Amino acid sequence: MSIKQSKASLILFIGVGGAFGACSRYLVSLLTSSSDGGFPFTTLLVNLIGCFSLAYIANSNQIRNIIPAPILTVICTGFIGSFTTFSAFSVETVQLFNHGIGLALIYIILQLFGGILFCLAGYQLSINKGGV
Amino acid sequence: MNLLFVAAGGFLGAISRYSIGLKANKTPRKPVGTLSVNISGSALLGLLLYFYEKGELPEIYWLFLGVGFCGAYTTFSTFGTETLSMIQANMLRRAIIYVLSSLIISIGSVMTIFFVLKAFF
Repeated sequence: MSIKQSKASLILFIGVGGAFGACSRYLVSLLTSSSDGGFPFTTLLVNLIGCFSLAYIANSNQIRNIIPAPILTVICTGFIGSFTTFSAFSVETVQLFNHGIGLALIYIILQLFGGILFCLAGYQLSINKGGV
Repeated sequence: MNLLFVAAGGFLGAISRYSIGLKANKTPRKPVGTLSVNISGSALLGLLLYFYEKGELPEIYWLFLGVGFCGAYTTFSTFGTETLSMIQANMLRRAIIYVLSSLIISIGSVMTIFFVLKAFF
């Protein structure tokens, strides 16, 4: 396969990963949205799971040895990248602002610090298993 | 059936983000691409949501463009790992600027869009 062809097929597979990521996020929202009481737990949940998995997969030597780099790109950039979302986070924060600044601030703090903390946890786990 | 629209949007969103990232993300510590997609995707989602909540945007467009495209085009996981990578490289100042600019510009854009749309529609 020529380089041009393999590049084109990589982009196509990233799209497929993105389709699965977006659908998974949508399915999670269908399962959780009825019981969230107006607070956007769904976006928080998918973002935290995605942060943990991306940091783990991207830093693990073990995984890098088993899975070829293009497939890792499809999983990380395609699937996990699309499973998590920043746009819903921004828009939900603005909506929460309209109900009161307190809830919006709590949401921002949970997303930000939660996200970085879950990234750190994924990173640590990959190192403890002999990564990096 | 709904899933099909979300999938189609997710397909295009991921490809767009990847293409912009290839051009603009120099390293995880210079994530101009991620910053751009997160800001532009947030603004677009704000625009879509305004008309969706008014009942002027049909459900399938919301699923395709809002949940699918904007959701996949923007990303939180890469944003998180890039921020962590800056913190771990002792670039705390850059990490704070990255987080604050992502947040403030995205949220500010959405607020501006809501404000302007309310005046005209």
